[in-house]
Amino acid sequence: MAKRIGMEVSIAASEAVKLADVDLIAAYPITPQTHIVEHLAEVVADGELDAAFVPVESEHSAMSCCIGSSAAGARTFTASSSQGLALMHEMLFIAPAMRLPIVMVVANRALSGPISIWNDHSDIMAEQDIAWIQTFAENGQEVFDLVLHAFRVAEDSKVLLPMIVNMDGFTLSHVIEPIEILDKAEVDKYLPPYKPKVRLDPRKPVSMGLVGVPEIYTEAKKATNEALINSKKVVVKAWKEFGDLFGRYYNPVESYKTEGAEVILITMGSISETAMTAIDKMREKGLPVGLVRFRLWKPFPATEFKKAIAGAQTLAVVDRALSPGGACGPVAEEIKAALYAERGRPKVFNFIAGLGGRDVTVENFEEIVSRAFTYAKKRPKQLYEMIGVREI
Amino acid sequence: MAKIDAIMGWKELDLGCVIRQPGSSRAFKTGDWRSQRPVVDRDKCIKCGLCWVYCPDLSMVPAEEGYYKVNLDYCKGCGICAKECPKDAITMVLEED
Repeated sequence: MAKRIGMEVSIAASEAVKLADVDLIAAYPITPQTHIVEHLAEVVADGELDAAFVPVESEHSAMSCCIGSSAAGARTFTASSSQGLALMHEMLFIAPAMRLPIVMVVANRALSGPISIWNDHSDIMAEQDIAWIQTFAENGQEVFDLVLHAFRVAEDSKVLLPMIVNMDGFTLSHVIEPIEILDKAEVDKYLPPYKPKVRLDPRKPVSMGLVGVPEIYTEAKKATNEALINSKKVVVKAWKEFGDLFGRYYNPVESYKTEGAEVILITMGSISETAMTAIDKMREKGLPVGLVRFRLWKPFPATEFKKAIAGAQTLAVVDRALSPGGACGPVAEEIKAALYAERGRPKVFNFIAGLGGRDVTVENFEEIVSRAFTYAKKRPKQLYEMIGVREI
Repeated sequence: MAKIDAIMGWKELDLGCVIRQPGSSRAFKTGDWRSQRPVVDRDKCIKCGLCWVYCPDLSMVPAEEGYYKVNLDYCKGCGICAKECPKDAITMVLEED
């Protein structure tokens, strides 16, 4: 097994793409995702990767190009962020409808305005209903592992859906971390070549992406949604196989010190590591707190989540995006909906933190937990609150 | 997809709604939402073919003895043929009549 080396996480992501031996990359540079495709352009130009690199004129074209490439049966990759992801928006829905296993890394960044290049989850939360499988990485090693996992899951004949690996912009994308890069033989054991069930081939013509008249549109949407819901089995199985091969095991939902916890913090992405430090600190003080974090976001792992939080009276859900004018942040909304029918469900309080690159500190988590304990006794007036906002 | 196929269930759809049979759109009868249909009066018709030229859906088709007839599988009832006919040989009538 390879030794761990210091590497920028974006480069590690592109090394995973290289090891996956992709056939085509179509991408447009946008901060903080640029280093991923920049490195891929280099390895293609240097002959280290036999792939087509298509430098398109926009992200809309990038996703269009990826759709065409994947439809032709090629293993296809792209990456984006924020405004770039937003510009892809209308094409994003087409890939799952056509059942094309494109893999994309999103270096999460705030959406304008005001203009922000810094990290939060507002870009991806604006794309909740695109029917892509989505995972969130916590650290550099996870980014590398989840990219390989994404190709494995997306291309599985039982799945055939596109997949996004989310990684926090700058906090992960631009940080150098010790990462174990697998060698090609190891990756080949895990990731077989892509065998499309149907593809564009002049020798055997098919039509793809046709009109869905009112008599068929509903059935088409149902078919894609069922495929997305059922993909969870393969997501879990592919993580188990990854763990058996390489020793790193992943789950849709991870728990940290939840035994006997009265309040459980809920997080997603890189702030989970800070949250764990905060949990350690609070546990030392004797506070019954734990952490549950999502690695799989879509399809929403409701069963695993309910199991993970069983026994807790209070949940403090941290959202890194605002849902303006709505009931709460997107993660809290999903959780509340999942718990509504449960008997003896916990109280759910929602905290919006870390918008537009603002750090979420150990102290912030302590404050969130402290408020959750208070609110558990006396319900607050507001449905959610923004942490660290200056109320003047 | 043919009208008959449009009642298929979601489990019966091909992967990504792919169509494997070329030319299958012919089986899809697009004229079912027409509210009026053209009726040709052959006593007035001079066989000039302008209805055939102007029909945007190729629904006016050559018939016997140089006349033209309507293919109601695809005619949307737009009335362009009736408007363009120099002899007023085409009348639009309500479908329910």
